[in-house]
Amino acid sequence: MKKHPPRRKPQPVTGAYEEFMSRAYTMELEAIERYAQFAEQLDTHNNREVANLFRKLSQIESLHAKRILEEMKWPSMPALGAAYAWEGPEGPETAPFGELHYLMQPYHALEIALQCEEQAQQYYESIAASKAPRRVRAVAAEMAEEEREHVRLIRDWLKKVPKPAAGWDRDPDPPRMGD
Amino acid sequence: MNAPLAAVPLTAKDFKSDYKPVWCPGCGDYSVLSAITKALAMLNLRPENVAVVSGIGCSSRIPAYTTCYGFHGVHGRSLPAATGLKVARPDLTVLVASGDGDGYSIGGNHFVHACRRNVDLTYIVMDNHVYGMTKGQPSPTTEPDWSSKLAPGGTGLREFHPLVIALASGANFIARAFSGDPNGTANLIAEAIRHPGFSFLEVLSPCVTFRPEQRQWKDRAHPAPVAATDDPVRAARRILTDDGFNIGVLFRGKRPAFKTGGAAPTHSPDDLATAFSL
Repeated sequence: MKKHPPRRKPQPVTGAYEEFMSRAYTMELEAIERYAQFAEQLDTHNNREVANLFRKLSQIESLHAKRILEEMKWPSMPALGAAYAWEGPEGPETAPFGELHYLMQPYHALEIALQCEEQAQQYYESIAASKAPRRVRAVAAEMAEEEREHVRLIRDWLKKVPKPAAGWDRDPDPPRMGD
Repeated sequence: MNAPLAAVPLTAKDFKSDYKPVWCPGCGDYSVLSAITKALAMLNLRPENVAVVSGIGCSSRIPAYTTCYGFHGVHGRSLPAATGLKVARPDLTVLVASGDGDGYSIGGNHFVHACRRNVDLTYIVMDNHVYGMTKGQPSPTTEPDWSSKLAPGGTGLREFHPLVIALASGANFIARAFSGDPNGTANLIAEAIRHPGFSFLEVLSPCVTFRPEQRQWKDRAHPAPVAATDDPVRAARRILTDDGFNIGVLFRGKRPAFKTGGAAPTHSPDDLATAFSL
């Protein structure tokens, strides 16, 4: 069993701007974790190429998260308010578990990433257009612009990756999980 | 739920073990594992005060993937093991993980009687309408016309309706979740744990390998249109007439949980062994 080191209680978030930035940071953290989980899942099924691609996506997201911490001069993530929850089932940049397949190809992984970046862009755009405080709207607009750039980069990346042929998921001997 | 709480809040990661799951990528069970760990963190529990008991099947691998105490038992027999554990150690929060084959076929009889006994357990069944671990045989919840290499033309057998069976047998809390909504599933698991007595949570958890069409469940799952009731008659009508994709708490009963604990045992296990000695 894992040992739990003594941990300090995180400081509560104060102010709308800090609340917004902590949400942005959480969004990145969730994306980092999910891509890392996907990499592990594909490693288990010996699909190294796609596993490495998900690992790379996870690393890219961690750079974004690090930048938020540096900008906010936070040593670590502050605690979010009790009412905090995403509007959808998960964070806007978190890829759903159900999109994977053990025979998937890099093209599919990039399609998932594209969808996540588009959702993140829409999320920030909606905040920029909302009645949030001016500072929050200004930063949200900047972040939406960044996400738009990510969308463009992934679209370019997709053009360089072969599109999977029909029947890519056909397997005459699908996996059997030994107990 | 009556386990001691963590002094400093833990996160979902604290409930995940170092073992990497071997389910197929895209399997709904990843999401259920994530929801369980989130729910335990949400309830401010500690891993050493929680036990996860399972039988056999893809979903029954869950105990190894948590840092809680775990028991990966005999096929279909997770509920008797969990009942014994809860009766002997009422201080633990006991979760039981199962699938539609393990829970409704091999363990079908135990399911009925666990509902009836109403011991304070949380039974999480990951239902994908197929035996995934053994390559796609029809299970008790498989549709009668689902045709596959192993059952050409379908079985022609009527599906088992676990929620109705649970209600008729006396389960004190009945809910349905969808693995495509991990946060919603985490909330339902937390609610099931908090509710006294036997709580049954059916999780629609797609098998993307043998039932790839279940990816479309994300378009079918929807929140239950009405609030949970404590009236079994109304609950029965709702459960019998819903489309099988109503997500949320469907029945919240008021039956007192089976009383565990009580007086200290007056006989030791050695006394028992002596009584049976030849």
